[in-house]
Amino acid sequence: MSLLTPTIRPSVVARLNPVAKLAVALIVSCALLLSIDWVSAGVALLLEAGLLLWCGLSARQFLLRTAPVWIAAPMAAVTTVLYGEDSGALLWQFGFISVTEGSTQLGLAIGLRVLAIGLPGIVLLATTDPTDLADGLAQVLRLPARFVLGGLAGLRLVGMFIEDWHSLTLARRARGVGDGGGPRGAARRFFGPAFSLLVISVRRGSKLATAMEARGFGSDEPRTWARPSRVRAADAVLVGIGFAIAGIAIGVAVWAETWSFILA
Amino acid sequence: MLHTPPFPAGHDAQIRAVQIRASGWGWRHAGRHNQAVSGLDLQIEPGERVLLLGASGAGKSTLVHALAGVLGDAEDGDETGSLLIDGRRAAEARGRVGLVLQDPDSQVVLARVGDDVAFGCENLAVPRAEIWPRVRQALTEVGLNLPLDHPTSSLSGGQKQRLALAGVLAMRPGLLLLDEPTANLDPDGVIEVRDAVVRSLDRSGATFVVIEHRVEVWQDVVDRVIVLDPAGGVLADGPTREILSRQGERLATAGVWVPALPPRFPTRSPIAPAETLLRAEGLAVGRVPFGRRAASVVAAGITLNLRAGTATVVTGPNGAGKSTLALTLAGLLKPAGGTLQASDKFAAGIASEPHRWRSQQLLTRIGTVFQDPEHQFLAATVRADLLIGPHALGLSAAEQTSRVDELMHRLRLDHLADANPFTLSGGEKRRMSVATVLATRPRLLVLDEPTFGQDSRTWQELVTLLAELLDEGTALVAVTHDAQFVSALADEEYRLGTPDPIRLGAGAL
Repeated sequence: MSLLTPTIRPSVVARLNPVAKLAVALIVSCALLLSIDWVSAGVALLLEAGLLLWCGLSARQFLLRTAPVWIAAPMAAVTTVLYGEDSGALLWQFGFISVTEGSTQLGLAIGLRVLAIGLPGIVLLATTDPTDLADGLAQVLRLPARFVLGGLAGLRLVGMFIEDWHSLTLARRARGVGDGGGPRGAARRFFGPAFSLLVISVRRGSKLATAMEARGFGSDEPRTWARPSRVRAADAVLVGIGFAIAGIAIGVAVWAETWSFILA
Repeated sequence: MLHTPPFPAGHDAQIRAVQIRASGWGWRHAGRHNQAVSGLDLQIEPGERVLLLGASGAGKSTLVHALAGVLGDAEDGDETGSLLIDGRRAAEARGRVGLVLQDPDSQVVLARVGDDVAFGCENLAVPRAEIWPRVRQALTEVGLNLPLDHPTSSLSGGQKQRLALAGVLAMRPGLLLLDEPTANLDPDGVIEVRDAVVRSLDRSGATFVVIEHRVEVWQDVVDRVIVLDPAGGVLADGPTREILSRQGERLATAGVWVPALPPRFPTRSPIAPAETLLRAEGLAVGRVPFGRRAASVVAAGITLNLRAGTATVVTGPNGAGKSTLALTLAGLLKPAGGTLQASDKFAAGIASEPHRWRSQQLLTRIGTVFQDPEHQFLAATVRADLLIGPHALGLSAAEQTSRVDELMHRLRLDHLADANPFTLSGGEKRRMSVATVLATRPRLLVLDEPTFGQDSRTWQELVTLLAELLDEGTALVAVTHDAQFVSALADEEYRLGTPDPIRLGAGAL
């Protein structure tokens, strides 16, 4: 398994067009960014949970991949509860810190929002092959091939950065500058290899560009696509579900009178 | 209506071999003072197979890049004369020419084998229905019998080069260009790639031009040798056998590996008794994968004695853990199991496990020459870089300068003192990386593939230098695929993947 060829279990979500998945994530995010209230985020999260069950990730994979969001959400919530704008009844106070009904609600709204926006985003990435995404961006959204394929080919170099970084730090130790020197030494040990890595990467990138050019890439002539990226009925249904989640979340919040439009 | 294809039987009727004609052609890279190529006149007929030779800097790569149309336009350099492919400018002959370069890692474009081979066809706007049969055929031709969705990242160097070749063959070029395609491969990889090329040429009948300083690999495949003159134009041109016997001497001096003129092996005068510096017992080696805590062991049960004045070579197939073993012996990686202990005399008052030594304590004890010289360059000029080790040792300014001057002279780097190490040629980079290590006079030298891709001249210099160091009492351990290097220097061979080390030569007791 690697960055570019993730092990993706065959599942309904994995078979969908990446562009449709991207659209759903964007629709839901945009809807949730319009208001900060706990009802809309909570409803969206609840509805998404139904979708995420179909994503084909095992529970372990799901938890590992989404761990950053599970950590970020409570932290954002707690910070807001403690330091957020106060309103309503005072629940608890300690020095500068005050917890009020308003800040608690705001904290809950922020925490749920991080989850509701973050989880589908990560699941989208985890169930999408970068090559398929590139195919979709170029063929469905008609983004320029040069840009999309250049980016995709460049992504492959990331794995090599890690290898190079490892060798560079070992080489520094071998050359007598691998430790010591206090904080200044530590800074030098970071920026030194970072510069070498930049030089080596630029070089590798230009070699890759030559290899791609030698295979006819980068001209203005039209190109064909070996892998068709098609939008099927299931993809339309998925985008429909995305709109439904956004609509229901907003609808319920408006009905519960918690909707607070940020631009209002 | 029937028509007779203008090709010999057995050749692919869809591929038309290319004719090359250069008249007074020259190229100067933008920002450079000297011409890379000048006054070149030559003609290569359709279906000819040519080996392109010449000293380093003779412009072989420039010519091949120009033929492939990837040299760029007026912004990238000045062109003189004309270089025509089937009567058209090379840059306009898109899709007629296929190029395979030296570095296996920087030619893989996509993540899956099938997609990577299809890439060139897509760019040439081959209809989808035709692409996949072409991809399968090209993969069969190069002998890569892998599923189309096999990840390209898990291929060996030889497989990656065959993949690059397949990607080019799928475009059905009339001219196949190879720029040192096997320089970075182990011996098995070299044969794999060579045989794949021969198979495809026999079928396509395409014109073929290869640059390679290891003549042995291609001499029976090509029917013509062209030697470029660094001063401009062509130095020699004719049938393979004739040119190699007429120009052999001259080519060998220029660094070309001429089979009839192998480099001389140095004479050794081993020291006795050979004191043990470092001893590995039941050593297991491995690296800690990115984001993990425990090392994944790649080789285990290694028992080795590294002795003063003794050369130990580590050989074995790709992926056997040779480089990981070298880095562990060098005190750069922590052993994953077993013990690695320095003798009291070698440790000289510090801990006996090399991985616990401080970076500066390693300097006078163990020097490591990395496989990729670029990984060990630290400063902006050759001189400044060589001074880093002696400076870290706290030597006097006079001592630092004298050591560095002597080394630069010994390794022919004097004229490059103010050059940036990254701008040196392959051979110069290798000599430079060895010099950086020797500047602190370590008692044990660890080298990872020191002769990879080197021309015969650099090879000779390197082997002679290492023999001198051995005679002075330096212990040496080298990971290598190079059979000649093993014959020239090894006292002991440790083959990874076999239980006991093989002992060779005078050092075996």
